[in-house]
Amino acid sequence: MATPTAASDRFEETKGDVTYIRTDKDLPPVAIIDRSPITTRHKIVFGVIAVLGAIAWAIIAFFRGETVNAVWFVIAAICTYVIGFRFYARLIEMKIVKPRDDNATPAELFENATDYMPTDRRVLYGHHFAAIAGAGPLVGPVLAMQMGYLPGTIWIIIGAVLAGCVQDYLVLSISTRRRGRSLGQMARDELGAIGGAAAIIGVLVIMVILLAVLALVVVGALAKSPWGVFSIAMTIPIAVFMGIYLRFLRPGRVSEVSLIGVGLLLLAVVAGGWVAETDWGKDWFTLSGVTLSWCIIIYGFAASVLPVWFLLAPRDYLSTFMKVGTIALLAVGILLARPLMEAPAISQFASRGDGPVFAGSLFPFLFITIACGALSGFHSLISSGTTPKLLEKESQMRLIGYGGMLTESFVAIMALITAAILNQHLYFVMNAPAGQTGPTAATAAEYVNGLGLSGPPITAAEIDAAAESVGEQSIVSRTGGAPTLAFGMSEVLHQVFGGTALKAFWYHFAIMFEALFILTTVDAGTRVARFMLSDGLSNLGGPLRRLKDPSWRLGAWVCSLIVVAAWGSILLMGITDPLGGINTLFPLFGIANQLLAAIALTVVTVVVIKRGLLKWAWIPALPLAWDLIVTLTASWQKIFSADPKVGYWKQHSICQAAQEAGQLCLTAKTPADVDKIVRNTFIQGSLSIIFASLVIIVFVAGLVVAIRAIRGTGRPLAEDEPVPSRLFAPSGLFPTSAEKEVQKQWDALPKSPVASSTS
Amino acid sequence: MGRAAEVTRRVVDKLSWYAASLMGDNHYRRYVEHRSRAHPGEPVLSEREYWRMRHAAADADPGARCC
Repeated sequence: MATPTAASDRFEETKGDVTYIRTDKDLPPVAIIDRSPITTRHKIVFGVIAVLGAIAWAIIAFFRGETVNAVWFVIAAICTYVIGFRFYARLIEMKIVKPRDDNATPAELFENATDYMPTDRRVLYGHHFAAIAGAGPLVGPVLAMQMGYLPGTIWIIIGAVLAGCVQDYLVLSISTRRRGRSLGQMARDELGAIGGAAAIIGVLVIMVILLAVLALVVVGALAKSPWGVFSIAMTIPIAVFMGIYLRFLRPGRVSEVSLIGVGLLLLAVVAGGWVAETDWGKDWFTLSGVTLSWCIIIYGFAASVLPVWFLLAPRDYLSTFMKVGTIALLAVGILLARPLMEAPAISQFASRGDGPVFAGSLFPFLFITIACGALSGFHSLISSGTTPKLLEKESQMRLIGYGGMLTESFVAIMALITAAILNQHLYFVMNAPAGQTGPTAATAAEYVNGLGLSGPPITAAEIDAAAESVGEQSIVSRTGGAPTLAFGMSEVLHQVFGGTALKAFWYHFAIMFEALFILTTVDAGTRVARFMLSDGLSNLGGPLRRLKDPSWRLGAWVCSLIVVAAWGSILLMGITDPLGGINTLFPLFGIANQLLAAIALTVVTVVVIKRGLLKWAWIPALPLAWDLIVTLTASWQKIFSADPKVGYWKQHSICQAAQEAGQLCLTAKTPADVDKIVRNTFIQGSLSIIFASLVIIVFVAGLVVAIRAIRGTGRPLAEDEPVPSRLFAPSGLFPTSAEKEVQKQWDALPKSPVASSTS
Repeated sequence: MGRAAEVTRRVVDKLSWYAASLMGDNHYRRYVEHRSRAHPGEPVLSEREYWRMRHAAADADPGARCC
């Protein structure tokens, strides 16, 4: 629904509660403002949804001693999303966004049928979702299961409604009013030079750590798994085949080639099972973590310098196809299998803070571990820049920005369910670092049985049987979240599709698609980071100015090399880390992602205040305040904590003392391990300091600008002049009757006269 | 019976339109429409050339993908 306007080239006509706005007397309306009050039927429907949601929440939160069915999680999530979308998002729309459908969006204004293209709202919703959701919402909730299912569920659902969706929606709205400018550019425009520079450097550094940790998850899932390595390796020739097919054989037949690609992909997963049975297959594809890391580093570099059509574009097609398909499959699987929760509502590790999966207590580390799915700063890079250039109407931003993030939150809930239905002993066998579980099923069984978990103890034979059921030699300490999710998915899906015979297939299918998402993020992310780097360096002037030219190959190679070296070295550091890798690096990933959210929310809050909407500034300021409290507390603990399980510098000083005394420290087993811990903790500790400082600079810059704006002495808003729109499209998922009526009028027009008046 | 077939056909049409728009199958057709509407009489790229142009544009300005 649009907001009223008083411009001179607008013609308004009101019938009852509905106002129609034309920008051309001879054309049908381009905007509809519907002030109809909520109908009794709707009141009843939303009332029922609210009550149902409340019942589901009560069952999840208060049923103790009984196992809770996974379906209640789905109901609680969906009911909360519906209420959040209908009421909170609508409030934000009416009070802050105030969409003006009589103004053209960047997509309409600069339409070129390439990157600027008004796209049907339902299609754009799909695009936006495919761009924001990847492996993040699948991995975070799995790791957070260490704390029990309740805290994660509350944070994923409530966090999305009050924080993540608000960020995505508002960033989309301010970028749309600024011709689709990127977050970094908007930060410079609205916060000034220092805040802007800190934001741009922050984005770049955060991107590097993000790529490193995602790559670490893939390596964790594939190390010593010949089946997984084979099927992932095959995605490269499949993508290249698709690229060649699209470029030379049948250009434009994207769905066709994607279907062929998905068929080949499934074949690769099946074939992986055969290959892993053979001696040569075991020889070739059983790779150590370090070797795999080098493979991914080389791959990341190659993918970022090769032409897009050859590898990146086809992989993206495959990834989109698999994303939508697999998530739908998992939802159907959960609803049909209706599994029971094995995890406790709140575990012993929530308050003690000594859990093996990640260190630290529930506050703040749960909110760091689950970033994607509840509040993900990275989305602000897609909500600004990419999506505004495809948007038809401002009023559709609620569906795409807010609704897209709700969908990602739902994906996170499903990931949480798949981890919560696993036997808890098995969960810790898979997720505790190797230094604690030891190398064999026997040592792992002994370790987890000593953790004091509820339920009967596990035996080594049971662990071996679980590994065999999914076609792996071992599942001991397969950290990173991806193997656990794959295991949970195979539990759900084999009950519905195919029985125990297909369990190993589903496990490797899940591993394959997670790795596919991550590798797509790694190659696209390396490329984006390379562009940011060369753009930033070219602003320094001198001979570096030549980097502005994207076709300068040497410059592109050098910048790619720098980016890959940055995340590659962190990846190698994580893989060889004696302290466990994922449990020390994942918090850094979460902190980085949420600090990016702090930057985005600062920019948004400043814009809201500059627009004179101080009264409603609490809407973005609430998630901003929460996010700053969480991330800065976590950073503080990571930097200053005296607990050697949490504080990087504490670990550093202990091991440095041990190094000088020629002794061992923490989980180090050799003097070389001690050296590694000294080096790694130094890097991790320094990165924590850099992240936190950059965000504080951005926040302070925002605060200064906001205070100036409130006093009325600030710089003006950098919004662009509105241009009247010449097209019509409905706002929500389903068109209203008034929208259908207007759409009919547009459809009845002869095609060509519209054309002449458009240009 | 006939009605059910009609509904099925419409659902299938809608789904295939959705997939085609999401993946890009009909982007070239939209490009041709756009050219004839906004720049009538000017030359139009062939489908092969159009996709080369699209990929070259993506080469020069990659879209971010999240996690």
